[in-house]
Amino acid sequence: MSATVAVILALAVGTYAFRLVGPALHGRVELPVRVRELLSAGAVVLLVALLATGALTEGGGFAGWARPAGVLVGGVLAWRRAPFAVVVLGAAATTAVLRGMGIG
Amino acid sequence: MVGNMRSAQRTTPAFLDPGLLRDVSLVCLAGGVVGVSFGAIAVAGGLPVWVPVVMSLVVYAGSAQFSAVGVLLAGGGPVAAAVTGLLLNTRTAAFSLAVAEHIGPGRLALLVGAHLVTDETVAFTLAQRDPARRRAAFWISGLGMFAVWNTGVLAGALAGSALGDTARYGLDAAFPAVLVALVLPALREDAGVRRAALPGAALALAVTPAAPAGVPVLVALAGLALHGGGRERGHGRGRGRSV
Repeated sequence: MSATVAVILALAVGTYAFRLVGPALHGRVELPVRVRELLSAGAVVLLVALLATGALTEGGGFAGWARPAGVLVGGVLAWRRAPFAVVVLGAAATTAVLRGMGIG
Repeated sequence: MVGNMRSAQRTTPAFLDPGLLRDVSLVCLAGGVVGVSFGAIAVAGGLPVWVPVVMSLVVYAGSAQFSAVGVLLAGGGPVAAAVTGLLLNTRTAAFSLAVAEHIGPGRLALLVGAHLVTDETVAFTLAQRDPARRRAAFWISGLGMFAVWNTGVLAGALAGSALGDTARYGLDAAFPAVLVALVLPALREDAGVRRAALPGAALALAVTPAAPAGVPVLVALAGLALHGGGRERGHGRGRGRSV
């Protein structure tokens, strides 16, 4: 069990260190405007990459059709400026229904 | 937006915005159910109840927790489990840089707030327009997600495998959809962000089959090379705008 404790500790300490990068630098280093722009853009780039890989892949392979179909429905709803709740529930419901019909 | 202290009037409406509260509640609810499934999967796989519970409190990063437990349960060994989880969480360093100015003021707020930096809190924060609303969004979504996620994990760990397959609820599609809804305004408004994000995501997808978990998303940052100068950001209000 001590190996498990070590995993949890390493993950906790490492993750908190990553999360502390921003707050630790904040106020100490005056970042140039260009760098701040790139940081904001970088956050969006990461989020878009996360949603793309999260929508389409699972464990390095294709996630099946149900999930990307649900995300696509959610995306179309969001594009048409549907309320947030409709986007989220539309995506989940689409995927759930497809799975219920036996589509991966 | 140098030191956003400038916008001194932190109006209460930012905190009480029913739209924001509703959106956050919904994401919390979905996150809670994912937390339940995390707790249940860990315990059903043979780990004692305290492992998912403590891990959720101190690591607090869904995807890293799932993959670390997955590696452990698959017999991949502790080193592989820790490395996979940490690799997945490297992105939080970039996220914390992007939201740092919206967490504070004060050292304690920064130290506590850092632990609450997740994909969802960053997306909620950056989707707001002005600094006061961004700070409100960060803390409301951060504290809400933390409370609900950990409660969910505890419930799932105690319930064990009694829940059945949570995939049938389609929640795995809800989270990418949440991110779509939150980043869409930035993509719509800012051509530079679009130029960086779309090829970046394509690149991430392309390397996913070959790269270890967590790496593809980082590779996407190469898309920033296409971001171009900050010149043509004209069509928006100057500050705090582009996510």
